[in-house]
Amino acid sequence: MWTIGLGHYLFVSAVLFTFGVFGIFVNRKNVIVILMCVELMLLAVNINLVAFSVFQGNVVGQIFAMLVLTVAAAEAAIGLAIIVVYFRNRGTIEVEDISAMKG
Amino acid sequence: MILQALAFYVFAAVTIASGAMVVMSRNPVYSVLFLILAFFNAAGLFVLIGAEFVAMILVIVYVGAVAVLFLFVVMMLDINIAKLREGFLEYLPIGALIGIVLAGEILVALGVFGHVPSTLTALGATGPKVTQIENTRAIGQVLYTQYFYLFQVAGAVLLVAMIGAIVLTLRSRPGVRRQKVGDQLYRSKDQTISVVKVPSRGGV
Repeated sequence: MWTIGLGHYLFVSAVLFTFGVFGIFVNRKNVIVILMCVELMLLAVNINLVAFSVFQGNVVGQIFAMLVLTVAAAEAAIGLAIIVVYFRNRGTIEVEDISAMKG
Repeated sequence: MILQALAFYVFAAVTIASGAMVVMSRNPVYSVLFLILAFFNAAGLFVLIGAEFVAMILVIVYVGAVAVLFLFVVMMLDINIAKLREGFLEYLPIGALIGIVLAGEILVALGVFGHVPSTLTALGATGPKVTQIENTRAIGQVLYTQYFYLFQVAGAVLLVAMIGAIVLTLRSRPGVRRQKVGDQLYRSKDQTISVVKVPSRGGV
């Protein structure tokens, strides 16, 4: 119990990832919270990558974690820009109202 | 050792709790604040494990940029919080079911990986050892040599995201008087000066 191993980190990351997926399913209306849940899932993935990287003694995992971080930042910026434009046009951000593309 | 373990448990517990609060809290502003707390504690976990550089990047990029961006957008949009929460109880069973199934699957996989197999450890023979030199130096040695093109591509991704966000949100509002420097510079003499023949005692 008092020696922290790979399993402990994997457990934390698994729980965080599950919360992220759960949040996407529960908050069906609010796009911003869905984006935050995606960020939470990416954080869980980063914890996984860094934990494996350190416990294997290979630094490449941390580099990949940084790339995941870059993509997450880009995704957040674009997603929030789309939300702002959508709110400006329609005055709401409810997910169920977003059906202009009949998807 | 015990101190380290205690710190791990505290950081992990706060990370998981604030992750849960991101999902559960009623107000999106509180969600963003709990997201920031989760990122800080995840950075603490990274520092504990010895990945200081990623931890600092996490604090600077996520807390300093992404979370603040979320906060701005949440506060800027005038959304009806109560209306957005309507379907929460309706979707709770299916969400809980999927969450439990996913958690069970991940934990089964984790039970298999609970002790790291020797094949995985043998994979780590390529890069520089994390424990021998400082973390930042190790990352730099690999990132700017072996993965240089990947680094450049990451920069290109950020550039595209930046241009995309600006193009999406830029708008030209009607009725706003704005200085048009190009029009000013391209005015020619005959557009601006007109010579009027004024008759004597007649006025203009």
